[in-house]
Amino acid sequence: MIIHHPILGPRDAQEFVYLGDASLIDRPDGMTAGVEVFHDYLYNRTNPAGEHQELWYHEQGDRSWLVVTRNTVTHEITKVELARDVARSRGRTK
Amino acid sequence: MRYSGFRVIAEALTGHKGWKPVWRDPDPQPEYDYIIIGGGGHGLATAYYLAKEFGQARIAVLEKGYLGGGNVGRNTTIIRSNYLLDGNEPFYEFSLKLWEGLEQDFNYNAMVSQRGIINLIHTDAQRDAATRRGNAMIMHGADARLLSRDEVRQMYPWLNFDNARFPIKGALMQPRGGTVRDDAVAWGYARGADQRGVDLIQNCEVTGMRIENGRIKGVETTRGYIGAKKVGVAVAGSSSKVMAHAGMRLPIESHVLQAFVSEGLKPLIDGVMTFGAGHFYVSQSDKGGLVFGGDIDGYNSYAQRGNLPVIEDVAEGGMALMPAIGRVRLLRTWGGIMDMSMDGSPIIDKTHVEGLYFNGGWCYGGFKATPASGWAFAHLLAKDESHITAKAYRFDRFLKGLMIDEKGQGAQPNLH
Ligand SMILES: Cc1cc2nc3c(=O)[nH]c(=O)nc-3n(C[C@H](O)[C@H](O)[C@H](O)COP(=O)(O)OP(=O)(O)OC[C@H]3O[C@@H](n4cnc5c(N)ncnc54)[C@H](O)[C@@H]3O)c2cc1C
Repeated sequence: MIIHHPILGPRDAQEFVYLGDASLIDRPDGMTAGVEVFHDYLYNRTNPAGEHQELWYHEQGDRSWLVVTRNTVTHEITKVELARDVARSRGRTK
Repeated sequence: MRYSGFRVIAEALTGHKGWKPVWRDPDPQPEYDYIIIGGGGHGLATAYYLAKEFGQARIAVLEKGYLGGGNVGRNTTIIRSNYLLDGNEPFYEFSLKLWEGLEQDFNYNAMVSQRGIINLIHTDAQRDAATRRGNAMIMHGADARLLSRDEVRQMYPWLNFDNARFPIKGALMQPRGGTVRDDAVAWGYARGADQRGVDLIQNCEVTGMRIENGRIKGVETTRGYIGAKKVGVAVAGSSSKVMAHAGMRLPIESHVLQAFVSEGLKPLIDGVMTFGAGHFYVSQSDKGGLVFGGDIDGYNSYAQRGNLPVIEDVAEGGMALMPAIGRVRLLRTWGGIMDMSMDGSPIIDKTHVEGLYFNGGWCYGGFKATPASGWAFAHLLAKDESHITAKAYRFDRFLKGLMIDEKGQGAQPNLH
């Protein structure tokens, strides 16, 4: 699989480490969220067959986190964004 | 007698026209007491033990494709019970004991071959860990032996013992581990279930669940609605898709695992060998092919095929351990979809829907679990309580901090 890095261009997926569903960006507030909410965040996954937004870390490159939109049935990648931009667009400060 | 030497000769002389299908191909009834979704090893074993050991009737297995077309027919067939943790070891040892009697039990040749499995050791720390695991196994009634470097050398003198990075210092052996002909397991359970009146319904994909007032009523399928008092789900890599019909999100990610077979060779490896440090394991089939594999690809996938980097990685692991295979040609590779759980251990439990039960999260090690999984799931379905060896495989272990994390990797499915 080739990941089109927004800054570095096409890179081999081998250079990356995979973390999982990009919903991990939306961590609940540890001070207010209850145990059930945190349990759901940490352990449960939608795990769709089809389009999936996921976190990849460019470990053997510029060490940036990316949000890759990829189809889990065909492995086709349709969108690659910097995780920072995605987090900010969802209202996070960093 | 249905199968005999005489029959084979007689059929050979008459163009093999006399063989009959081994099980019926029934249409679905309007309602059953038990519906098992998934005609893989676990689903078929569940139906077989439900009928045979728990005396239940009116059972159907619904399979979206053909029986045994999933992971049960595409794995590397290793059986073992070499686990460390209390939640796991009694269950896998129960499974190994069932394997030992399985062919007599369902009267079918599954080629259960207890050829022994060794896990190679390269450091003192690994030897300590292996000793501890071996002791845990022995305390749960399993067998384990620590092999010295010389003992390993006697078995396989042609291994690369002096690899600069991972010199071989010994191994943990389980002599009762081995391999089994995987499709024959599906066929043996299918035939045994069919003979006891279980309806095996193929080309029947479950597309929805009818749930009323918190209770399961039946399932929607590509062959129409089928009612059921109890529904058990055993669909391996498709677990999240099927349980979504009941509104559930699971502690599971689906990942692809690849396997490899080489051209046929003369006898080279008479047991099973794992080279964990090199992400490689291997055995040799009775036809002579080396059957080997390594890590999962590492990203969510439902594709049933993997990518080239893992093929390269596995080949490198093989070469590091066994330089002698450098000229051996690869015959084929394939992939299957693993239900990777958050702690690397399975789930056999009730759900929040009354009458709906779940069996999954088997990761890349569910083949060896087939008999015990079927038995424990049948126990749960018939008696509404967990089998003694499967009590730890609960959904709420993640909420309660009772994870069964053999590798200590945390909630990161692609590392288990
Ligand atoms: C390459 C590879 C190597 C492996 N090596 C080993 C090994 O050496 N040792 C070991 O112990 N384990 C191994 N495993 C793991 C093992 O194969 C699996 O954990 C185990 O087979 C899963 O259980 P099963 O047999 O019930 O799954 P499957 O055979 O996959 O059965 C699930 C069935 O459910 C059906 N299904 C799915 N969705 C639906 C639906 N909506 N409606 C109806 N039916 C549906 C599928 O078609 C399938 O037939 C390996 C797996 C792979 C892929």
